[in-house]
Amino acid sequence: MNQHPAMWGHPMTPHQAFNAHTAFPLATPNPMRNQHASSPVSHTQQPLVTGTSVLGLKYKDGVMLAADNLASYGSLARFRDIQRLHPLGNHTCLAVSGDMSDYQYLKKELDGLLREEEALSLSDSHPALHPSQIYAFLANLFYARRSKVNPIWNAILVGGWDATKEESFLGYVDLLGTTYSSPTLATGFGSHIAQPLLREAFEKKAGIDGKGELLTAEEAEALLNECMKVLFYRDARSLNKYQIATVTKEGVQISESKSAETQWGFAEALRGYGAQQQ
Amino acid sequence: MFRNSYDSDNTTFSPQGKLHQVEYALEAVKQGSAAIGLRSATHAVLLTLKRSTGELATYQKKLIRIDDHVGVAIAGLTSDARVLSNFMRQQAMSSKMLYNRPIPVARVVQGIADRAQTNTQQYGRRPYGVGFLVIGRDETGPHLYEFSPSGTAFEYYAHSIGARSQSAKTYLEKNFESFESADLATLIQHGLSALHDTLQQDKHLSTSNTSIAIIGPPSDEVENLASSGAAKRGNFRVWENDDVDGLLRAWRRSRGEPEDGPKEDEPAAEPSAEQAQSAEGSEQAPEAPGEDVVMSE
Amino acid sequence: MAMHAERSAALHELTSAPIQHAFNPYEDNGGTILAIAGKDFSVIAGDTRQSQGYSIQTRYARKVWQLTDRAVLATNGFAADGNNFVKKVKQRLEWYEHAHHKQMPLKSIARMIQTILYGKRFFPYYVYNILGGIEEDGTGAVYSYDPVGTYERESCRAAGAAQSILQPFLDNQIYFKNQTPEPGAEPFIPGNLPLSTVLALVVDSFTSATERHIEVGDGLEVYVVMKKGRPTDDLVGEGKLAPGMAVEELDALGEGDGEKTFLVTRSLKRD
Repeated sequence: MNQHPAMWGHPMTPHQAFNAHTAFPLATPNPMRNQHASSPVSHTQQPLVTGTSVLGLKYKDGVMLAADNLASYGSLARFRDIQRLHPLGNHTCLAVSGDMSDYQYLKKELDGLLREEEALSLSDSHPALHPSQIYAFLANLFYARRSKVNPIWNAILVGGWDATKEESFLGYVDLLGTTYSSPTLATGFGSHIAQPLLREAFEKKAGIDGKGELLTAEEAEALLNECMKVLFYRDARSLNKYQIATVTKEGVQISESKSAETQWGFAEALRGYGAQQQ
Repeated sequence: MFRNSYDSDNTTFSPQGKLHQVEYALEAVKQGSAAIGLRSATHAVLLTLKRSTGELATYQKKLIRIDDHVGVAIAGLTSDARVLSNFMRQQAMSSKMLYNRPIPVARVVQGIADRAQTNTQQYGRRPYGVGFLVIGRDETGPHLYEFSPSGTAFEYYAHSIGARSQSAKTYLEKNFESFESADLATLIQHGLSALHDTLQQDKHLSTSNTSIAIIGPPSDEVENLASSGAAKRGNFRVWENDDVDGLLRAWRRSRGEPEDGPKEDEPAAEPSAEQAQSAEGSEQAPEAPGEDVVMSE
Repeated sequence: MAMHAERSAALHELTSAPIQHAFNPYEDNGGTILAIAGKDFSVIAGDTRQSQGYSIQTRYARKVWQLTDRAVLATNGFAADGNNFVKKVKQRLEWYEHAHHKQMPLKSIARMIQTILYGKRFFPYYVYNILGGIEEDGTGAVYSYDPVGTYERESCRAAGAAQSILQPFLDNQIYFKNQTPEPGAEPFIPGNLPLSTVLALVVDSFTSATERHIEVGDGLEVYVVMKKGRPTDDLVGEGKLAPGMAVEELDALGEGDGEKTFLVTRSLKRD
């Protein structure tokens, strides 16, 4: 799968050249447009308004998720105040990258499911779905849709706190129905840029088996701030305005939007970047 | 044959406000042999009286596993029970597949109750002719429910359905307050006493007519753990034949009776006991209703 | 005329060329699996890395699954298909248990897997399966599959990313290919190797594949299924395993009075 924000979710053909300058959908020719009427019918779909990578990290008291507030239209920073963290019930939170209309559909679907569960629990007092159970449902939903060749064009992280087992939960699922868990996770560009930083910091304290002491809330937040900053420096589809969700046994808490301190002074010295010299 | 002119379809109320087809379905439940259910803080158990349809027939099984954490005892039409229990299995499977969650017991019971209810409201259908006692264990602990063909599902501390179940109910009502804190062995002994009360004068509980299902932590005292993986895991398991011998002996001891049981239960006398039961077992010759309770509201 | 010919050629190009941007429902998640049958045991192993291109998605994703007390299934290829395939197999096994009050025998599972795979012949599960376990006659068995259900019983099989590295090695060590007994020595008989030798071969296979293949590594899980009543002292006990390895007996899924399944774990290099 192509991780470049402009080509997000597209298949990566072998030996495909990495074109860092595409600004899809504006600059990439759409094959559908030139197709003759007799071409085979296809379910071709592409993400239009997209959110870039999201991050997730297990820490001492639970899980933290981070996502910026941008929804891009190709290379255009189209919507700059979009929340991509979505709480589900008391102990689960989603962080969503990829197509934003599919994200809105997901929110509607899941909120409906949770409301139904809540109604049922009024008569049988059964506890709400645990994070791992919501995650299982999402994995099934994504896999069912990919199997109809009509994917939900997202890569999402599910973070949560399982009140029964008294442990945190963090899982990934994407448009192919691919699932995995890990103490640190990142989607899209973040899997290249932020994931190594997250793993390094996590393993430095918890050890490579993760059995040591985990990061504290302060350390975890500082780490995510650092990662969001690096992503803002390097990911052209990111925005220096992001939120962090914290899921603990106390519940889900989503921060106000914030920005990282950045330094662009060095750019002045770069040829072709600052004021033209020579 | 007809009780009155309002019983030929199940969607018309009688002037007395009754749906006669539903009432008849409840009668079908009473013709099945008895099933008892009890619940403690840790366990839920079912005890049933098996019948055989004749000397050459095996004893009809009355306990059905739905999932690791749910099982039912049936009274009434076995074939209707098969359809309903299969539906419960599908519901349980679908919960496991979709949410990776064992289905909450209340919801799987409500599922069949809703199905049964539609049968009481649609022209050309008939109510199910079977009642269930459902035991299960979920995140809210152990449970016992009764499902009845009228489309109701109620939760109980202890309950009985089937032939002569009122006698068992009398026993349970007298003793249920001690069930909550009872251990598994005590719970089963109460169950056997209640089941015994549903028997006719000349009949006795034996290894061939008694079967017991348990959900809850395993107990060395009452179970042969080596022969059941489900027991070791605390899942729904059924004990019958030789496996209930020890339980029956312990129960007789607790009542101050001879441990081996009454003479006619001994191997030599076994046929006569069976013969007596074959009459009540046949669908054509149901036993007299006796003091059975009226199960409609 | 010439123009017309040009146009139709162009048209042909359009309709026959693959549509570059069509959604591709498949992905290769790397990793490798392997199984070897012994006389009264069977060994089924897989690494735990799940990757996508050059990215390691997770260092621990299960590829080997205990199905019954006598059957273990390893899946490799597209992880989402693998997980959902195993789910479907387990579902079918549960319905079998409802109907028959016993666990499905190995050879029946083997055929059932064939049927499920072929049932999606025209939108296949992109999964290479290896099924290992104990047959009803007590012999160790390995069945291997292609994604659309072709299958056969074998003594050993490797599949996945490092298949081309491991299979020739196993052919040599398990089937004694390209080996000649010393003059006068006993002839080689495949399928008779002791468990300790087989385990050592499995570990060497995976450490070697880890060195030479970027998609293999992180962790190793080896499932050992033993015939009912077989002594376990060649696996369990002090000093039976090489340093860095751990073994645990897995809880039975059925009555627990028959075959035994053990899980041997070991870490692999993470680079």
